[in-house]
Amino acid sequence: MTKERFDFKDYIRPRFFPHMWCPGCGHGIVLSSLLRAVHELGLEKNEIVITSGIGCSSRISGYVDFHSLHTIHGRALAFATGVKLSKPSLKAIVPMGDGDALAIGGNHFIHAARRNIDITAIVMNNRIYGMTGGQFSPLSGSGKKATTAPYLTIDREFDVVDLAKSAGATFVARSTVFHAVECKDLLKKAITHKGFSVVEILTQCPTYYGRKNKEGDAIQMMEGYKNNTVKIGSKKLEENPNLIQRGIFVDKTDVPEYCEAYDRIIQTAMKGKA
Amino acid sequence: MNNRNNITFVQGNEACVEGAIYAGLDFFAGYPITPSTEIAEHLASRLPQKGGKFIQMEDEIASMAAIIGASLTGNKVMTATSGPGFSLKQEALGYACMAEIPCVIANVQRGGPSTGNPTHVSQGDVNQARWGTHGDHAIIALTASNHQDVFNITVQAFNLAETYRTPVILLLDEVIGHMREKLVIPEPGDLPVVERLRTSVKKGVDYHPYLPREDGRLPMSDFGGEHRYNVTGLFHDMWGFPSNDPKVVSELLRHLIDKIETNVNEIAMYKEYWLDDADYILISYGSSARSAIHMARNRRARGVKIGVLELQTLWPFPAEMVREKCAGAKAVIVVEMNMGQVVTQVKNAVDNPHTVFLANRVDGELISPSDIKTLLRMIQGKGV
Repeated sequence: MTKERFDFKDYIRPRFFPHMWCPGCGHGIVLSSLLRAVHELGLEKNEIVITSGIGCSSRISGYVDFHSLHTIHGRALAFATGVKLSKPSLKAIVPMGDGDALAIGGNHFIHAARRNIDITAIVMNNRIYGMTGGQFSPLSGSGKKATTAPYLTIDREFDVVDLAKSAGATFVARSTVFHAVECKDLLKKAITHKGFSVVEILTQCPTYYGRKNKEGDAIQMMEGYKNNTVKIGSKKLEENPNLIQRGIFVDKTDVPEYCEAYDRIIQTAMKGKA
Repeated sequence: MNNRNNITFVQGNEACVEGAIYAGLDFFAGYPITPSTEIAEHLASRLPQKGGKFIQMEDEIASMAAIIGASLTGNKVMTATSGPGFSLKQEALGYACMAEIPCVIANVQRGGPSTGNPTHVSQGDVNQARWGTHGDHAIIALTASNHQDVFNITVQAFNLAETYRTPVILLLDEVIGHMREKLVIPEPGDLPVVERLRTSVKKGVDYHPYLPREDGRLPMSDFGGEHRYNVTGLFHDMWGFPSNDPKVVSELLRHLIDKIETNVNEIAMYKEYWLDDADYILISYGSSARSAIHMARNRRARGVKIGVLELQTLWPFPAEMVREKCAGAKAVIVVEMNMGQVVTQVKNAVDNPHTVFLANRVDGELISPSDIKTLLRMIQGKGV
């Protein structure tokens, strides 16, 4: 499908730049992976609606030259559900931060997964609230430092993959911004998947999370993603079961997609009327 | 359809549903809540029959969010709720104000605050309809006292939402929502239906989604169409580009308010009964207007010069109209089922605020004609 060489300028809105992300932030790699995925899939810009909430990650929606809906904190999936169900021909992509997706937006996350509506949710997990200045998130995990946890966090974290899986998402994957090509390939699969897809991407926040937790600068944090993650089922897990697994955890095609199921309701209702 | 088939005997909530269908509703998202649930139930059945979409969302917030998303793809949209749900919807409702998304929100009022009095009537959300969401803004809120009018104002709510690109609130109440009454469904074309104004800007030509035309209206482009633009709850320029430029911020805020407040006379809907020579004027709305009209009719028969001004547009408040109508009255009694929300507006509007009185009831029971009569006799200096 790819017609031309990828040029990011074909996919961004120059007037929205320079972006507002800090030096060393991983979110730009997510943006790049997403645009490359869209390019390689040969999608038309007019067929994509990108819906986001509030947070650093949510600014992606403004930067890209798709139909873009920058909404309120935590509710992006609910807005996207309205977009998608009302016009199923559109591709719905929802980039979210960890707080946006799983704290204030947690209810919408599990219910979108349960419905299996054809939306691609990208959880950009930097384990912190960046935009508000470094408070712990539901993905920080215990024993971490944050501005709202000066004596270390006692809150446990969600496992995004396990949560998405149990809530019924039919495509669940995980990668990191160190693995940019893998990110792009997983996003391609997620966008193509018919149903609710979740891609968790670990992305560094050197400004707040890294600094507070002495994880070093952006490069050191990215090296961490390289050293502390493995492909699903890697032998390295036998030596170190704490390594984070990357890859596709769920890829189901036998569950009805919500908009298609509703189309069948319309057929039934119209028959009943006649 | 012959006329006979157009006559139904329905709840007010169903009259609202039929009005919405008549107006061209395509998409409804909702969450069950007493006393508005019948709106969702009937639309779950009615919408797919015409190829529309109904979705029961996970909560009230999601319902409000979903209809905004669906409006952007070019649909006429609606949600329905009651007090607690209306509270939850407020942030997204403000988003629709800011991003100028046409949508209709029915609030079938019950007693509050909090869980309050779920199965009983109240008109306690008038001020919440005006100021429920944070920040300066303008809003349109309509109400009605009988099912034919519920139908009509529902159609008008969609028309105003499209005309002014704004959320419009239907402030019904439990009595109106659940009472059964005759409804005659008008033929197509009998009532005006405003369709969405779409941009005529062609592909490849710059489309400014937030640049109003000379008449103040903002032509839209559907998501999925040729024009890609940004929609945000941040202050934004004519491109939808976020901005904190003081000029952009101030101009947008003033535009959001002016587009509604300067059209208060066009938006104002009301009915009047026996006002021409009225010494005493009852101002009421919703189900309490039924008691006001009943009481005034009875007093008229006994020679009392009394009339009723029934408000159908509560916001923007038609202050000038109210002032004119009340100019010759000895006393004005505002009849409402709250601690005095519209009476404050009336006092601000009229020339003699000390002649404005409140006849209210806040116990979950419908205010009765005799409740109002008691106050009238006190004002007249007669024994109760």
